[in-house]
Amino acid sequence: MAVETKLPYDKQYVTQFSEGRGEPDWMKNFRLEALEQAENLPMPKPEKTKIDKWNFTNFTHHVSGDKVDSIDELPDEIKAFFNEDKSKNVIIQRNHSVAFSSVSETLTDKGVIFTDIQTALHEHPDLVKKYYMRDAIKVDDNRLTALHAALLNGGVFVYVPKNVVIEDPLQVVFWQEDDEAALYNHVLLVADQGSEVTYVENYISQNTEKQSVANIVTEVVALDQARVSYGAVDNFATGTTTYVNRRGVAYRDAKIEWAIGQMNDGNTISENVTNLMGDNSYAEAKAVSVGRGDQKQNFVANITHFGKFSEGYILQHGVMKDDANSIFSGIGKIEHGAMKSDAQQESRVLMLSQGARGDANPILLIDEDDVTAGHAASVGRVDPVQLYYLMSRGISKAEAERLIIHGFLNPVVEQIPIEAVRKQLTQVIERKVN
Amino acid sequence: MAASTLEIKDLHVEIEGKEILKGVNLTINGGEFHAVMGPNGTGKSTLASAIMGHPKYEVTQGKVLLDGEDVLEMEVDERAKAGLFLAMQYPSEISGVTNSDFLRSSINALRGEGNEIPLMKFIKEMDEAMDYLEIDKNMAQRYLNEGFSGGEKKRNEILQLMLLKPAIAVLDEIDSGLDIDALKVVSKGINKLRGEDFGCLIITHYQRLLDYITPDKVHVMMQGRVVKSGGPELAKRLEEEGYDWIKEELGIEDETVEQEA
Ligand SMILES: Nc1ncnc2c1ncn2[C@@H]1O[C@H](COP(=O)(O)OP(=O)(O)OP(=O)(O)O)[C@@H](O)[C@H]1O
Ligand SMILES: [Mg+2]
Repeated sequence: MAVETKLPYDKQYVTQFSEGRGEPDWMKNFRLEALEQAENLPMPKPEKTKIDKWNFTNFTHHVSGDKVDSIDELPDEIKAFFNEDKSKNVIIQRNHSVAFSSVSETLTDKGVIFTDIQTALHEHPDLVKKYYMRDAIKVDDNRLTALHAALLNGGVFVYVPKNVVIEDPLQVVFWQEDDEAALYNHVLLVADQGSEVTYVENYISQNTEKQSVANIVTEVVALDQARVSYGAVDNFATGTTTYVNRRGVAYRDAKIEWAIGQMNDGNTISENVTNLMGDNSYAEAKAVSVGRGDQKQNFVANITHFGKFSEGYILQHGVMKDDANSIFSGIGKIEHGAMKSDAQQESRVLMLSQGARGDANPILLIDEDDVTAGHAASVGRVDPVQLYYLMSRGISKAEAERLIIHGFLNPVVEQIPIEAVRKQLTQVIERKVN
Repeated sequence: MAASTLEIKDLHVEIEGKEILKGVNLTINGGEFHAVMGPNGTGKSTLASAIMGHPKYEVTQGKVLLDGEDVLEMEVDERAKAGLFLAMQYPSEISGVTNSDFLRSSINALRGEGNEIPLMKFIKEMDEAMDYLEIDKNMAQRYLNEGFSGGEKKRNEILQLMLLKPAIAVLDEIDSGLDIDALKVVSKGINKLRGEDFGCLIITHYQRLLDYITPDKVHVMMQGRVVKSGGPELAKRLEEEGYDWIKEELGIEDETVEQEA
């Protein structure tokens, strides 16, 4: 291959790392195979975004983090993610260790598994093996997914048994406390038939100077009639280059709803793909972003229809300021045979400065006649007539702009089910757009 | 608060380089209700927009004074703070901003920093006004004008009027698209504000609104000017006979702004 980036970690390192974590043999071999594949796989090729100069190699792979006995011992910026009446189902990952975790007895009694990925590999190896990087994403998707499989160093496993309905959201915070710690983080969420779960995660770091990498994969498997609502707020600082791939598979009558706040300050590739495998399955992919500084970002939301009567709805709203540059692609794909399916999407970009750039690429790929599909896309500035309307009621120009921008990003904010996270996201938006 | 006076003097307005208003003169005092009528495209909304400061309209000549203060020098929000209000013919839709958040921001903007309305008081006032205008309470949590029917938008404009209590209001076709019951409700809302401290300029095509809100004066606009003024009887005659007699009387062939008189 022409552009050869040397892999920062070799076979011996990966073997030792896996053994050190006491992983089952299949996992070690899975990693080693992935490492080998990584050498020959191409990098992902995000549309219209050049990533050859991005840092994917400069990071520290293993940094532990201190445990705490209660959430109150954590610094304010982490505490802020939790409601006053602290949720009972929480995992806080600090660098590559679990700093705090708790699961209510009601859930464990029902057979719900909500634990870090390392523990899951010990306690539920077969269940993890059954779903890990099989249906939702393939190891050989590209070099970064293979590297992810080889270097996995954190994450969470969720299993909701048949017909179990979890009322309270499961809440996870992934905290890159160390400036150089790389999160090769994997979230595997399996909702068995007829189950329901709401999951909310936050990623956060503060490394403005030092460089690191986040290579994140999420897999959501919604079996027949399952319902998964997945909220995420990504908020890595400028130093972290992010590759995040959130994948979902929905089987018959299953429903997956994504609400993703993409608030990273560093260069980012974010992909969100849902395959609607089953008849009458449903997916909603809502994502909002704010770009600032000179960061470059590439966002893809893809819903692919295989099942009949399947419904997919994509919404992407981005606000760009300073010299930020972002590409938004919305892909609605209907495979042959997925008749009576409906693929809808909306991509809108709001530009707040002359130097900012935003592209919205709506793509419909349809291989079946008996379907409905539609898209709306726009790139523009704050509408002066909207400003005029608000100002005509006495609202100042700055406040009117603020209202319009928050309103524009609201489709995701209002969807986040945990009040503290919602508030925190609103504050991040506030900070970023002003 | 003492009664305010809005004076419009020889107002000339252009939009995208085209002159629409060609010298409008009007004075509205607190306590007075004025109706402005006139065929389509004669400059009525242009007048309303220029008073409020719509970004597309450029005033090229003339004055707008509120109690002697130069309105045209003010930013749009300053005009509202000075006591002006415009119920728009086509209100904007603003996604993601709830009607109630918008109303509270507006009220607080007018009250000024440090004098914000207590939340409970706001909710009470909003609920009362919504009841008065027979607006479904759900409308408070819906996004501002988004997906509102034509009639709902108009009622929502009047809701704002009632809560913001301006000194001088311009109502641009507040009756269009309203069914007869809604028309009564909206008129009731406007009449409630009647008093020495409130002046109103009502732009309408129909006598039926004026059956409920009796104007003190009626003005007819053609070719970007006020061409005739009179009492309530003028509106009645227009309803019965249309505009032809005025055109004849004044020797106007084309009443639109395209034509120079
Ligand atoms: N952007 C524009 N460019 C050119 N002409 C315009 C523009 N906007 C409005 N006009 C013209 O200005 C004239 C006056 O419009 P205005 O909206 O003030 O009329 P109006 O009296 O309110 O009519 P209606 O009763 O139909 O509401 C019309 O002829 C209209 O076509
Ligand atoms: Mg008009």
